[in-house]
Amino acid sequence: MAPAAPRSGEAIFSSVDRVNAELFTLTYGAIVRQLLNDLEEVEEVNKQLDQMGYNIGIRLIDEFLAKSNVSRCVDFKETADMIAKVGFKMFLGVTASVTKWDADGSCCSIVLEENPLVDFVELPDTCQGLYYCNILSGVIRGALEMVAMKTEVTWIRDMLRGDDAYELQVKLLSQLPEEYPYKDDE
Amino acid sequence: MIGAGKIKQYSNILEKPLSKGKQEVSLSAFAFLFSELVQYNQTQVDNISELERRLEDAGYAVGARVLELLCHRDKGNRRETRLLGILSFVHSTVWKVLFGKVADSLEKGTEHEDEYMISEKDLLVNKFISVPKDMGTFNCGAFVAGIVRGVLDGAGFPAVVTAHFVPMEGLQRPRTTILIKFAEEVLQREARLG
Repeated sequence: MAPAAPRSGEAIFSSVDRVNAELFTLTYGAIVRQLLNDLEEVEEVNKQLDQMGYNIGIRLIDEFLAKSNVSRCVDFKETADMIAKVGFKMFLGVTASVTKWDADGSCCSIVLEENPLVDFVELPDTCQGLYYCNILSGVIRGALEMVAMKTEVTWIRDMLRGDDAYELQVKLLSQLPEEYPYKDDE
Repeated sequence: MIGAGKIKQYSNILEKPLSKGKQEVSLSAFAFLFSELVQYNQTQVDNISELERRLEDAGYAVGARVLELLCHRDKGNRRETRLLGILSFVHSTVWKVLFGKVADSLEKGTEHEDEYMISEKDLLVNKFISVPKDMGTFNCGAFVAGIVRGVLDGAGFPAVVTAHFVPMEGLQRPRTTILIKFAEEVLQREARLG
């Protein structure tokens, strides 16, 4: 049987259960506020948000693969496209674009046109070092690690910090060799 | 610079038009996020009641903002001032916005005058949660209880709000009941207003 064709982000998003984005936004805000209270240091909050994202990413990849019918991507370019076009759409209902490829195709930027995490948000003077959306970079890093790609994900532009867009740089560090714990003919 | 094809930046957040609240994200995105909230808070506490208190605090922050948002957007900057009014606001308007449906039921407690209950067969936050045996009566609905308390408190109806599992005959999963116990002053004021 031929593998099922990959589904578009829109098609998946419209077929899954959804919740009001404001509940999501405000809940995320509550999490960030709790972390700021508990950890006090903005740097620590950035780390914890990244860790939470990572935890989500390593679980979320299963759902992504199961619902999208995406099979192996031929290269990192296709992977980045999948994240931007299918991943962001199916979970957050927003689209993202991929730009700024480097020469050897191992580093690019994902630019978010909308970002449901930041509605109602303004960074006070005391939190200027905060990467408010750091959970997203963790999600991407975690998800890619589960498909054998070690990446480094950093924020390049952040509108909460006065930039004109949300831009994440995704850099492929290494591709882990696949290990087969079983024999093919068994 | 409207129409410049670029998102306006660094403007005061209050100048931005308020969204209509029709945007959605996938349920799994919320479930993942909520599970991280619970797991993180588990690392910060020694016992179940402390964990529930922290989830309630997180919910309270959401509730306070939901009240402000909904009063402004849906009610022309007016808010309910009577007990039944605010209860039905929570049960209908708030529930509908946050969970996409009106709550299953709103009842008055039979034993105490100051108690009201909002029940939900399948509360959104409990959908993917199964509580381990050793965690006893822990209920993630504490987060929703916090939201309710935040809304009520902000509207001038201080109350103690808790979440409980109530087993239902014929249903596999217990329903969640949010128990609201109003402060004495609220009932006194209500009595004065007649």
